[in-house]
Amino acid sequence: MSNNSASGLVSLQKSVKQLRNEAGIRRIKVSQAAADLKTFCLQNAHKDPLLMGVPSSDNPFRPPKSCALF
Amino acid sequence: MGEMEQLRKEAESLKDEITAARKAVQDLTLQDHVAGTAVVGRVQLKIRKTLRGHLAKIYALHWGTDSKLCVSASQDGKLIVWDSCTTNKVHAIPLKSSWVMTCSYAPSGNMVACGGLDNMCSIYNLKGKDGNVKVMHELAAHTGYLSCCRFLNDNEIITSSGDCTCVLWDIETGSQKTVFAGHLGDCMSLAVAPDFNTFISGACDYTAKLWDIRDGQCRQTFGGHESDINAIGFFPNGNAVITGSDDASCKLYDLRSDQELITYQDSSIMCGVTSIAPSFSGRLILAGYDDFNCNIWDSLKAERVGVLSGHDNRVSCIGVTPDGMACCTGSWDSFLKIWN
Repeated sequence: MSNNSASGLVSLQKSVKQLRNEAGIRRIKVSQAAADLKTFCLQNAHKDPLLMGVPSSDNPFRPPKSCALF
Repeated sequence: MGEMEQLRKEAESLKDEITAARKAVQDLTLQDHVAGTAVVGRVQLKIRKTLRGHLAKIYALHWGTDSKLCVSASQDGKLIVWDSCTTNKVHAIPLKSSWVMTCSYAPSGNMVACGGLDNMCSIYNLKGKDGNVKVMHELAAHTGYLSCCRFLNDNEIITSSGDCTCVLWDIETGSQKTVFAGHLGDCMSLAVAPDFNTFISGACDYTAKLWDIRDGQCRQTFGGHESDINAIGFFPNGNAVITGSDDASCKLYDLRSDQELITYQDSSIMCGVTSIAPSFSGRLILAGYDDFNCNIWDSLKAERVGVLSGHDNRVSCIGVTPDGMACCTGSWDSFLKIWN
């Protein structure tokens, strides 16, 4: 057997072992996963400044405008 | 010869088994589940700050944990640490190699790291005694370019490389604690889970892999993209992964059900995704594209709800502050812009 075949064999053995591991994991139902994603988004929405908008008084990147004197 | 053929058959059969197992838990789609949820209203973010100073393309940016300081890397050969509120440059660090592709801010704020075509990850100490920022360590072992790096803490950093591996380093000793091998193409991007137990990598083999940091095992592999994955991130609750690809789409993969739940794409978008970041709640996904724009997606409804147009060249990197208050885009036009 040439060296190439031997390393090809080892590589294939590793791939099969890895696939076996990945095949064997526990999976939850998509309905459960989807529900959790949706719940997380909705529950945290009010804490999400990019979603809710940032009032200029609370915006660290936008100093409050000074009063205009007319 | 017989054994190789047998193994090949077993591999194919296992792949079919995985496909079937994923289908078996697909009792409902995400789309079904959110059918009754309204799309978020149009998101219009404004440029609040422009960070000027780099003289060439910006390739990477990373926010510090204080949501005020951020580090950017440019092929002008500099790492700049910015105070994003005042736009002052806190540090301007000249690099040995100008071919930088990534940078990272340590969670402690004590260090930054960068790397690129020099195949090394250079660690800089920001809190040196005399106030000068110096190279503290050079982590060399990758046989390909450094595409991404992320600190776990002041003594551990994970890197991804064009040599198709990711590596966990002990910074002090400069040694490779763990090599994460398995990708069949250049690793382009990585992201660490909020609980620091796992990380994900996206590669030019069109897959994303979830790795256990401590035992070095690849736990899950996610396919479906039709081209290189350039950008990857965790959904804020740590249960899902978002990816951006040269195939012009972004995808959300759920870890616990082990499958793709949704694709973010539009027939009008034909250019690659370069960068991706979720908003604080995960409801918005911000993605930078080759066409100079950044699109904002409603993550649950998969509809585009906003655009950030402000750059004159490719958006190469994007990051949302840890407190969710703003997002920063970095571009080949040499500017960084802060939006909210």
